Amino acid sequence: MKRCLALVFALFLTSTAIAVDSATEAAMAADPVAEKRLQKLSEELRCLVCQNQTIADSNAELAQDLRREVRTMIKDGKTDKEIVDFMVVRYGDFVLYRPPVKGITLLLWGGPVALMLLGLFILVRYLRRRASRINAEEQPLSADEASRADALLKEINPK
Amino acid sequence: MNRYFWILGGFAALVALLAVGLGLNPRDVPSPLVGKPAPAFKLNVLAKPEQTLSPQDMQGKVWLLNVWASWCVSCRQEHPVLVEFSKKVDVPLIGLNYKEVRGDGGFDMGKMAADEERKLAFQRANQWLNEHGDPYRLTVMDLDGRVGIDYGVYGVPETYVIDKAGLIRMKHTGPISPEVLAKKIMPLLAELNK
Repeated sequence: MKRCLALVFALFLTSTAIAVDSATEAAMAADPVAEKRLQKLSEELRCLVCQNQTIADSNAELAQDLRREVRTMIKDGKTDKEIVDFMVVRYGDFVLYRPPVKGITLLLWGGPVALMLLGLFILVRYLRRRASRINAEEQPLSADEASRADALLKEINPK
Repeated sequence: MNRYFWILGGFAALVALLAVGLGLNPRDVPSPLVGKPAPAFKLNVLAKPEQTLSPQDMQGKVWLLNVWASWCVSCRQEHPVLVEFSKKVDVPLIGLNYKEVRGDGGFDMGKMAADEERKLAFQRANQWLNEHGDPYRLTVMDLDGRVGIDYGVYGVPETYVIDKAGLIRMKHTGPISPEVLAKKIMPLLAELNK
């Protein structure tokens, strides 16, 4: 129990530390327009230390440094494309949260669509076959078959 | 029968795909810098703070750039390998000390003056090399990590192999094990030095 409390306390401490940290960052940003751009750009860029977070979400050292770089570039009047290119040149496409469509990412982008199409194809084929099988089964007997069936029925069940 | 064969086959293919995916190292991000010129920098040398070094000074040589810091735990792991390497192999190993003070996390950088940070960084780096041995021909100091960003550093230690023309030929992220050195780095160095 004591341990548990200590853990909760530690978590509380780290969460306040993070809050303080982002507060200083917020204070650094006086210009709301630039800040909005920074926020938008940061959400597009992956933090390479904690790989499933954007640099907007992450409080890792590197994410802070990269946010600082983005902020400087915004201040220098760089376009969004220039800023994103700056990151890609250094860290590769992996830094982009939305990977670009190119040869190596084709499976990533096209895979789900291809799988869905395959599933649809199999489903349609199955349904068609099933329908034709049912149709085949439900066809009325020909005159020849009907008389044979009658004969058989009579054999089993002579009145 | 045939149908079950397909289902089973598809499942096996999926398992194989996922097994390969799980086996990959997510930290092993391919560097876009491989094959490109080593980004320029001009940083102060640890042993002689009044001097600077830039990659142009190494032109015509095959050399290694190893990113380290005294706060970096994995650097301790690879350090003996580097010390051994520097004794045996005549390839310049340049250290890039990355954010010696502000990367530590134990300091309130808002309260530290630039001069103070600089002094402390040099002192800490020197002390660490005195304690653990100095495999580097030179170490340069990247106090604020700007050069690290240019090199795409995201996990210290990292090591770059740079050829005679100044192109980056390999990047290794994480500590260099004796295996990595023997199987990846040494053959490349031999080839580049031919």
